[in-house]
Amino acid sequence: MMSFDDLAGFANQLCPMHVIIDAEGQVLSHGPTLHKLSGEDSWTGKPFFDVLDLQRPRWIKTISDLMETAGTKLHFQLRAAPHTRMKGVLVPLPNGQGAFINLSFGISVLDAVRDFNLTSQDFSPTDLTIEMLYLVEAKSAAMEASRQLNLRLQGAKIAAEEQAFTDTLTGLKNRRAMDHVLNRLILGGRDFALMHVDLDFFKQVNDTYGHAAGDAVLQRVAAIMVECTRKSDTVVRVGGDEFVIIFEGLLDRKRLSDLACRLITRLEEPIQYGAESCQISASAGTTLSTSMAQPDAAVLLHQSDVALYAAKRAGKAQHMFYTPHQETEMVEPDSRSA
Amino acid sequence: MHGLINRAVQAFVSSTYGTGRWTDIMDASGLGFTEFEAMLVYSEEQSERMLRAVEQNLERPLPEILEDVGTFLVSNPQVEALRRLLRFGGVNYVDFLHSLDDLPDRARLAVSDLRLPGLELIEQAPGQFDLLCQPGVPGYAQVMTGVLRAMADDYGALVFLEQSGSQDGADVISITLVESEFAEGRTFDLGAHTL
Repeated sequence: MMSFDDLAGFANQLCPMHVIIDAEGQVLSHGPTLHKLSGEDSWTGKPFFDVLDLQRPRWIKTISDLMETAGTKLHFQLRAAPHTRMKGVLVPLPNGQGAFINLSFGISVLDAVRDFNLTSQDFSPTDLTIEMLYLVEAKSAAMEASRQLNLRLQGAKIAAEEQAFTDTLTGLKNRRAMDHVLNRLILGGRDFALMHVDLDFFKQVNDTYGHAAGDAVLQRVAAIMVECTRKSDTVVRVGGDEFVIIFEGLLDRKRLSDLACRLITRLEEPIQYGAESCQISASAGTTLSTSMAQPDAAVLLHQSDVALYAAKRAGKAQHMFYTPHQETEMVEPDSRSA
Repeated sequence: MHGLINRAVQAFVSSTYGTGRWTDIMDASGLGFTEFEAMLVYSEEQSERMLRAVEQNLERPLPEILEDVGTFLVSNPQVEALRRLLRFGGVNYVDFLHSLDDLPDRARLAVSDLRLPGLELIEQAPGQFDLLCQPGVPGYAQVMTGVLRAMADDYGALVFLEQSGSQDGADVISITLVESEFAEGRTFDLGAHTL
C-alpha cells in the first residue's frame, strides 16, 4: 500500500499542479508549480475553498458536494489576484481519506506564464504547454509578417489604381476612370450632364513650339478645367486634346451654358511657355442624361460628340447642346476641323 | 527559396552594411526589385542571383557571410522572435541540440510552406556531437553553424564548432561541448512575449 508521502512524491513529478485535500477539505499538500501561485502565503493547512473559488458546476456548495464530482470537469478561479482561471478534475482517495485534485491553466496559460513567471520546469515533460506556447509565438510572428505584407500590398494596390485611373500628363482622370464613373451614375439612376470639350488651334501650338510646349499647354488647360468646375464634377482627358466633363446632378441648361462660356473664355487667355505666348480656344458640346429614358454611356458620349461637332461647324470657340437634328447635319460632306 | 530565407540575408546585409549597400546589391543582381517579402516564395534562381551579388559586393567568401547570417538571426534584437522560438527547444544547450531533429517540423508548424532540409544529431561521445544537415538549401550548413555558435552564447555554453566535410550527401557540423555553463547566458522568459 502506497503511503501518503509516496503519493505526494509521485504526484510532484507527474502532476506539478495537483492538490491533495483531506475529508474536511483542508489542503494537505500540493505540487511545486502551485508554490509560484501561492507565493509567501502557503496553501497547506488552509480550507481548499478559501484558496480556489469553484465557479462551475454551480450546484456544488460544500466539500461533500465536491467529493461527488469525481471525474467531471471543474472550473476554478484563484481567490487572490490576479484571479487566474483554472480547470481541474477530482479523484477521491480510498476509504474517505479525502481527494486528489489535478489542476491546469487551460486557455489562460498565456497570462499565467507571465503573471507567475513560469518556466518549462514548472510543467511536466509530457505536458504540451511548452509546445502550445511555441505555437502561439510562432503563429503570432508569422501572422505579423503576413499582416505587414498585406499592408504593403494594400498600399501598392491603391497607388496602382490611382495610376490606372489617372492621366499621367495632366493628373486628370483617364478614359477608364470615365467609363467607371458613367457606369456608377447610370446604375445608380443619377442624372448628369456630359460635356465634350475639344481644343481649337492646339495643333498649331504643337507644330510651332514643339511637343514640350504642347504638354505645358495641356497641363494649364487641365488646371483651368478643374478651377472652372465643382469638386464633385469629373474632368477627363479622353485623348490628345479632347476632354470630357461629367457634371453630376447638374441639368440646368443656363448654368451649363454659362459654365461652358466661362471655360472657353478662360482657355482663350494666352498661356506662357518660356518666352512664347500660346493662344488656343475650345469648342464644347453637351448632352443631358435625361435626354434618354434608359441612359446609355456610349450613346450619350456620341450625342455630346455630335453637339461638339455642331459647335465646331458653327465657327469654333462656342458651346452647343445636343439636338437630334444635329445628327442629320453630321452626314453632310463637311470635314471636321481640329 | 522561401521569402523568409531571402529576407534573412537582406536583414543581415541592411543592418550590418547599411541599406545603401543592399540597394546596390539588388541593382547588381538585376532582379528588378529591392525588397524580398518574407511571406512569398522566390525561385532558386532568384535567390542564387542575389547571393552571388552579395558575395561580389561584400568581397567576402559566401560561406563566411552565411555563417554571419546565422549568428545575426539569433543575436540581433531585430529578430528576437527567432531566438525565442529556438529557445523553446530546451532548457540547456544539449537539450537544444537534441531539439534540432524537430526543427524542420517546428518551422513548418509556424509557416506551413517553409520547408527546411532535415537535421540529425548524432551523439558520438559525451559532449561530442555531429549534426547532419541534409541537402536542399545551399549554404544551410553554414547558416546552421552560425546559429549554433550564437545559441551557445545565448545559453552560456562553451563549444567548438567545425564543418567537417560531408557524409552521404549531408554536410556535417562537429560540435564539441567544452562546458555547458561556461558563462551566464541570456535569460529566457517563457511569457515575455506580449501578444
